[in-house]
Amino acid sequence: MAGVAELETCFVETFALEPGTDPRSLRFQSILEWDSVGHMQLIAAIESTFDVMLETQEVLDMSSFDKAVEILQRHGADV
Amino acid sequence: MAPTSEPDDRPVVLVTGASRGIGRACAEAFAASGWAVAINSTTEEGAARAAAEIADTHGVPTLAVPGDAGDDKAVDGCYRAIFQRFKRLDALVNNAGILCDGPLGMIAPDQARRAFSVNALGTLFHIQAASRLMRRRGTGAIVNLSSIMGTRGAAGASAYAATKAAIASLTRSAALELGPHGIRVNAVAPGLIETDMLAGLKPEQLADRIATIPLARVGTAAEVADLVLFLASDRARYINGQVIGVDGGMP
Repeated sequence: MAGVAELETCFVETFALEPGTDPRSLRFQSILEWDSVGHMQLIAAIESTFDVMLETQEVLDMSSFDKAVEILQRHGADV
Repeated sequence: MAPTSEPDDRPVVLVTGASRGIGRACAEAFAASGWAVAINSTTEEGAARAAAEIADTHGVPTLAVPGDAGDDKAVDGCYRAIFQRFKRLDALVNNAGILCDGPLGMIAPDQARRAFSVNALGTLFHIQAASRLMRRRGTGAIVNLSSIMGTRGAAGASAYAATKAAIASLTRSAALELGPHGIRVNAVAPGLIETDMLAGLKPEQLADRIATIPLARVGTAAEVADLVLFLASDRARYINGQVIGVDGGMP
């Protein structure tokens, strides 16, 4: 199963982050790219990468990298 | 949520409210065309029975996913089960709905709330969850069951008609939002269709209504299902955001 490096890749690729930008520093709407549309793209990337189906409340709660880790751990991911 | 046969590479559809009426006819139509069918119904027994019967009749994989459409957690549960079993969803038929009759002044608030919860919010909850699963493959089709009452209004059924109008509006908005992700969203607006919902009409009331239909008869659930299947198929690949009547030309 995918791990923390793959989760970082989801953030980097979805938001086209500049090299050196730490995904852990981001929060929902803290950058232009992470708006509601970007959020759904991030969710799609994470669900595909980790082969999980998140609950609607988890989609709404995933407001940071750390929160993503916490939610993915609930689904058995090794992150 | 017991599987009734093994999954394979065939397309997968979820039909809500599929234990009887138009939903059942839709599930049968998809199965007859070789689709794997996830069957939703409010009760476990209803979903399981329909799933078993359809698998027996058509030899396709089926999955019972019971749950109230108005319960967002139950809806999430349906998609978890579909994901675990099939890993994909190609089409959603949002059919689950309940009636709410009564003239203005006599509509019970709880019944009206329940109708909005199942008919309108249930449709929204299913679109949200289904579109997330469809986006992974960049393709999908959603067909919502509106009603001629939603497009033209209905004396004595204001609350029900409003829920169906909400579904038509939801269809247009979802089509705009999901189209760029390869997901088409359309609605079907049946007229007078031969289902349990007609049972409450007296013979003379039914005759009066049939007299207004140019094709001079009620429609069948199978005739609605034919359009639903078409809209979900690739033959409708350039149709998006439409609400299409199946009403015999009812004015």
